[in-house]
Amino acid sequence: MLGLTAMTIIRLRSLFAVVMLFSIYSLLTASLFMVLDAVDVAFTEAAVGAGISTMLMLGTLMITGYREKRPAHSPILPLIVVVLTGAVLVWGTLDMPHFGSPDQPVHQHVAPRYIDDSPKEVGIPNMVTSVLASYRGYDTMGETIVVFAALIGVLSLIGIKKYTNKEPGRTEKPPESILQVAAKLLIPFILLFALYVQFHGDFGPGGGFQAGVIFAAGIILYALTFSLKDAMHLAPPKVVKVIAAFGVLLYGGTGIVSMLKGGTFLNYSVLAHDPIHGQHYGILLVELGVGLTVASVMMLIFYAFVSRGEAD
Amino acid sequence: MDTLGLFNYWVVIFLMMAGFYTVIARGNLVKKIVGLNIFQTSVFILYISLGKVSGGTAPIVSDAATAYSNPLPHVLILTAIVVGVATTALGLALIIRIKEAYGTIEEDEILAMDQKDEGRE
Repeated sequence: MLGLTAMTIIRLRSLFAVVMLFSIYSLLTASLFMVLDAVDVAFTEAAVGAGISTMLMLGTLMITGYREKRPAHSPILPLIVVVLTGAVLVWGTLDMPHFGSPDQPVHQHVAPRYIDDSPKEVGIPNMVTSVLASYRGYDTMGETIVVFAALIGVLSLIGIKKYTNKEPGRTEKPPESILQVAAKLLIPFILLFALYVQFHGDFGPGGGFQAGVIFAAGIILYALTFSLKDAMHLAPPKVVKVIAAFGVLLYGGTGIVSMLKGGTFLNYSVLAHDPIHGQHYGILLVELGVGLTVASVMMLIFYAFVSRGEAD
Repeated sequence: MDTLGLFNYWVVIFLMMAGFYTVIARGNLVKKIVGLNIFQTSVFILYISLGKVSGGTAPIVSDAATAYSNPLPHVLILTAIVVGVATTALGLALIIRIKEAYGTIEEDEILAMDQKDEGRE
């Protein structure tokens, strides 16, 4: 199924269809992750792959055009390279441990500790969250900073075009079309769901990354059904930029506070009298930081792409 | 059963090669980004399928569960997906700038223009 979609993506030259198929491909991947017990990952892939990246690619196509030209050189050489590489890789897998076997090397190193001790040491049921925010807090902080850096890159490359004319922006669409009414009904629930995912991430699947993307999706839906101007009025880019930086600051600040309290960087156990409570506070704060940063970065990138497209 | 146990790797390799082929054989830059994304997804699937334990369940503590899947690959891939979309956005932004500078996003035409410029200098 996945393979078939991938093949069609390669063959099609209408880029619009390619992007739509890529969205379907992401959704299929998300269901595959679900079957493989990775609920958090499936969640993220569905929100990011099928939602945000499709939006961004469509935004790019709006500027660059929808048709792909026929490649000038013959596809034989790349095909040979690919088949050879694939064959070597398949040969390499013959020694690999079998799917699902519990004695794989992956399961021997630190994973047993995470599985056995994290409920006692961190005190929250969702192991993915406790590994993400507590045991591997450094990694997650680095990744939040990478997301932030990507935002800086996008803004410095294309920037957000400002609107010079200030009249209200509902001229091009008839007011209260079916889409707008449906979006009005949906958006509060999307935003509420994002908050639920944010603060319930300790107990069920979810957390800052997913919540941020879902929240941004709510705002993007608003921008799509109404207009970009309305969305920018609701969430002005200036404010959102500050929030993006504040999220990173909140994450790093939590680490600094735990240092000031006598622990090591990002060791939340010292944040409260009881280590378990300290872990709870710490995870809540850093997940909030991640959520803020991811949501505002996604919104700003969307603004940048669409305002560029509308300006042309 | 002996060979079927390796099926997950073969799916990953197939998808990875499909993405790889798109990147090296196609001239359109947006298509290349899509290919790169397919490649990326295949790596995600590799990690997640390594973390799966037969008979295990999602790594959220419950009384009914006897074995859990490995939470570590889930964490790594979760963050990788979000970082992936951020870098994709960066790539697309570059494409927009290329389109504005050259008027095309086909690799051959861009190269031809560059060579013409060099010849003139």
